[in-house]
Amino acid sequence: MDALDPLLIKATQAGLPLTPTPYATLAEQIGCTEAEVMARLTAMLDAGIIRRIGVVPNHYRLGYTANGMTVWDVADDRVDELGNAVGQLPFVSHCYRRPRALPDWPYNLFAMVHGHTRAEALAQADIIANLLGQACRARDILYSTRILKKTGLRLVD
Amino acid sequence: MRCPLRGTPFRRRDPDSRLNTVLQEIDRRIINQLQSGFPLCERPYESAAKALNLDESDLINRIGLLLENGTLTRFGPLYNADRMGGANVLAAMTVPLERFDAVAEQVNAHPEIAHNYARDHALNMWFVAAAPTPEAVEHTFCRIEAETGLTVHRFPKEREFFVELKLTA
Repeated sequence: MDALDPLLIKATQAGLPLTPTPYATLAEQIGCTEAEVMARLTAMLDAGIIRRIGVVPNHYRLGYTANGMTVWDVADDRVDELGNAVGQLPFVSHCYRRPRALPDWPYNLFAMVHGHTRAEALAQADIIANLLGQACRARDILYSTRILKKTGLRLVD
Repeated sequence: MRCPLRGTPFRRRDPDSRLNTVLQEIDRRIINQLQSGFPLCERPYESAAKALNLDESDLINRIGLLLENGTLTRFGPLYNADRMGGANVLAAMTVPLERFDAVAEQVNAHPEIAHNYARDHALNMWFVAAAPTPEAVEHTFCRIEAETGLTVHRFPKEREFFVELKLTA
């Protein structure tokens, strides 16, 4: 990270300014030039520190009320290759390999899916199941029933 | 400048029809286009607006309105928590139903807990702890176990697979 980056991250925690020249507005706030702001944002995009610049819609407001965490017990020697393929599916928002917690939890692949109905989410899970084929030994889908806490990303000081 | 959407009679009458009214075709196009990226140039709104056949000021106003009414949860750079020097770990517990709300309070009281969701499974409480170091995350889980007497199952990311989700608005 560059010395400017923490300042830039702090200045954009609430989002990008809604001014015609938002990068100049940020530059003014943190005391550098507009060109420096654009250069650092580009560098952080390239480094993967910024995933993308854009909008994040509220799933529920767009009608995606069936948000399911699909979980899969996938053969260890296939999980990375298949995880990549699952991540490419258009309805998957997050896809991770995680450790199992045996005996309670045999699943090592997690993929979040989003449907307008549970039937749609289940159909998406079936597409994943087809893709995994014989490498998958067990599956489940967990719907969130209540948000108990949700805070934004906190900065690490 | 007054946003043209703000004068609709539905807005005051019924929150649901207001939502349907507010999410007009142009808003759907804005959401669909700006999920994949936003220009890095001196006048990015002007540049993005052109592709949407909008004026710069219209686009700025509509993004503001969509944020205000909760259709968008965020607009701007999306930071990758894993690349910012901190640690964050997903965990889950099986919480007896009669203690569920009390345990949720105990868990949520820790500032390290960023998200916490109830899910319909034997493991019925799922949360993420974020802290400057992996040790601090582990310490939070140990304290939650001590306070609740319940086992915290840790599910750290072993690998993240690339995704390119766009929710069609």
